[in-house]
Amino acid sequence: MSTWYGVLEMNFHGILAIYKFEMARTWRTLMQSIASPVLSTSLYFIVFGTAIGSRMGDIDGVSYGAFIIPGLVMLSLLSESISNASFGIFFPKFSGTIYEVLSAPVSPFEIVSGYVGAAASKSVLLGLLILATARIFVDYTIVHPFWMLAFLLLTAITFSLFGFIIGIWADDFQKLQVIPLMVITPLTFLGGAFYSINMLPEPWQTLTLFNPVVYLISGFRWAFYGISDVNIMVSLGMTGLFLLICLATVWWIFRTGYRIKS
Amino acid sequence: MQPIIQVQDLSKTYDSGFTALHEVNLEIQRGEIFALLGPNGAGKTTLISIVCGIVNPTQGTVSADGHDIVTAYRAARSKIGLVPQELSTDAFESVWATVSFSRGLFGKAPDPGYIEQLLRQLSLWDKRDAKIRELSGGMKRRVMIAKALSHQPDILFLDEPTAGVDVELRRDMWEMVRELRERGVTIILTTHYIEEAEEMADRIGVINKGQLILVEEKDALMAKLGEKQLNIHLQSPLTELPTGLNGFRLELAEEGQLLIYSYDSQQLGGIASLLKSLNELGLEVKDLHSSESSLEDIFVNLVRGA
Ligand SMILES: Nc1ncnc2c1ncn2[C@@H]1O[C@H](COP(=O)(O)OP(=O)(O)OP(=O)(O)O)[C@@H](O)[C@H]1O
Ligand SMILES: [Mg+2]
Repeated sequence: MSTWYGVLEMNFHGILAIYKFEMARTWRTLMQSIASPVLSTSLYFIVFGTAIGSRMGDIDGVSYGAFIIPGLVMLSLLSESISNASFGIFFPKFSGTIYEVLSAPVSPFEIVSGYVGAAASKSVLLGLLILATARIFVDYTIVHPFWMLAFLLLTAITFSLFGFIIGIWADDFQKLQVIPLMVITPLTFLGGAFYSINMLPEPWQTLTLFNPVVYLISGFRWAFYGISDVNIMVSLGMTGLFLLICLATVWWIFRTGYRIKS
Repeated sequence: MQPIIQVQDLSKTYDSGFTALHEVNLEIQRGEIFALLGPNGAGKTTLISIVCGIVNPTQGTVSADGHDIVTAYRAARSKIGLVPQELSTDAFESVWATVSFSRGLFGKAPDPGYIEQLLRQLSLWDKRDAKIRELSGGMKRRVMIAKALSHQPDILFLDEPTAGVDVELRRDMWEMVRELRERGVTIILTTHYIEEAEEMADRIGVINKGQLILVEEKDALMAKLGEKQLNIHLQSPLTELPTGLNGFRLELAEEGQLLIYSYDSQQLGGIASLLKSLNELGLEVKDLHSSESSLEDIFVNLVRGA
């Protein structure tokens, strides 16, 4: 593994087995995993986009209905990435089936690729579905489609990794729920999904900059409309930084066997 | 020949501070069936879990087929199949899917033909599309065996394979283990059922309180420790052993009514001369019966003595 030809020794069948197993779970629970987020986002569009939005003015030249789309997609992307990936690794730990993964010739990198890859794939798929659904309610443009996809992918991977960490850390179902519910949801709602942070009075405008979700939503919105609350490079940098932190944490988890091996 | 599994100075202290294994040394020979016996909490599962990579060792090394289980874990683990003690299976997957998953996980390309053969052999073919949670406990255990064999391992660990399994399935399993051995698979099993070890194993190891207290060929163990006893019920009780019987390994029990004579099953001449001596001393014999110490007695004695 430490040599350049390590890649040839990689257990691709193993990655694929985990990936397929996780995706099978998605299809099995189609209603819960795809339909319900799409439905709830549609409700947001109807309430905020169409009903309330029609009485709001444009923000930076973008209609309110269109303005909230990137934020809403991010909202689902974050919560779904975290819940998918955390559940994906928590459940085998809980049911005991993790023994098989631990006893298999798969490296930590391969395990993470399988679980996080599947969770991220599912989130990206969901994000695209929500975008398609949004089209029914509001008209929107995507100025930088490449960057839109890049942000979608980057965020899905980063937060699936974050979910994976939560799934390993959690030793009961309550802990599994607490971070998404108590931390991520508030941060997303306060991260400018429904407003531009320029609309906030001080000191909130400055305080908001400590919320990492602001950078995600701002960057993502820039990919749609070319407008952003913070510089796009800063957005990208912050997302990348969070990705690195998650990667380092996962690396540490496997090095120490934290909460997966005694 | 190089042993297929080599355990050296292996110790395990859990985070709780409990030391479950104390400097265990063990070599498993290629192609043998090795039975690990020991009471609850002896450290059997801990030992197996370390070899399979589920638990980190505190000290010592293990190699499987010459590959260190830590530095060359990929090569080592791909040789090993494990059927754990706990029945932990997925619930919603089909039998076919879960067995195929295991094969992939261990880095092997799909081979539907082999999986079919495996499922047929384990009488699971009819259940291939059933969800695992719809299966009975015995069927689930067979699914776990199918998963462990899905990647054609050279070494198979069976951690109490027949716990909670009915007589018929137990027979089937013994049969399967023998067939596997004939194909050259090395098998290490743990069990509480002495007759299982007696029936199956080539060699037996006894572990107690984290220490391997004995490793022996089964036949040699039975012969060496397999003492027979002759219980001689006397007409009238004795207060002490008469000096005329000093040459025999005798014990007086049941308030002098019973003489217990221990002898090696290899040498049978002793009984005749004992009976002759009894006769000469004028001791009348009411009843006689002999008993053979089973592996169970040996085991109990060993564990008590430790
Ligand atoms: N994760 C753990 N943390 C702390 N102690 C443990 C852990 N796992 C096992 N032990 C302890 O280590 C000892 C050996 O356990 P182990 O499961 O290896 O025994 P065993 O021989 O397999 O027993 P059994 O026949 O009941 O299956 C026991 O005292 C057990 O309580
Ligand atoms: Mg055990």
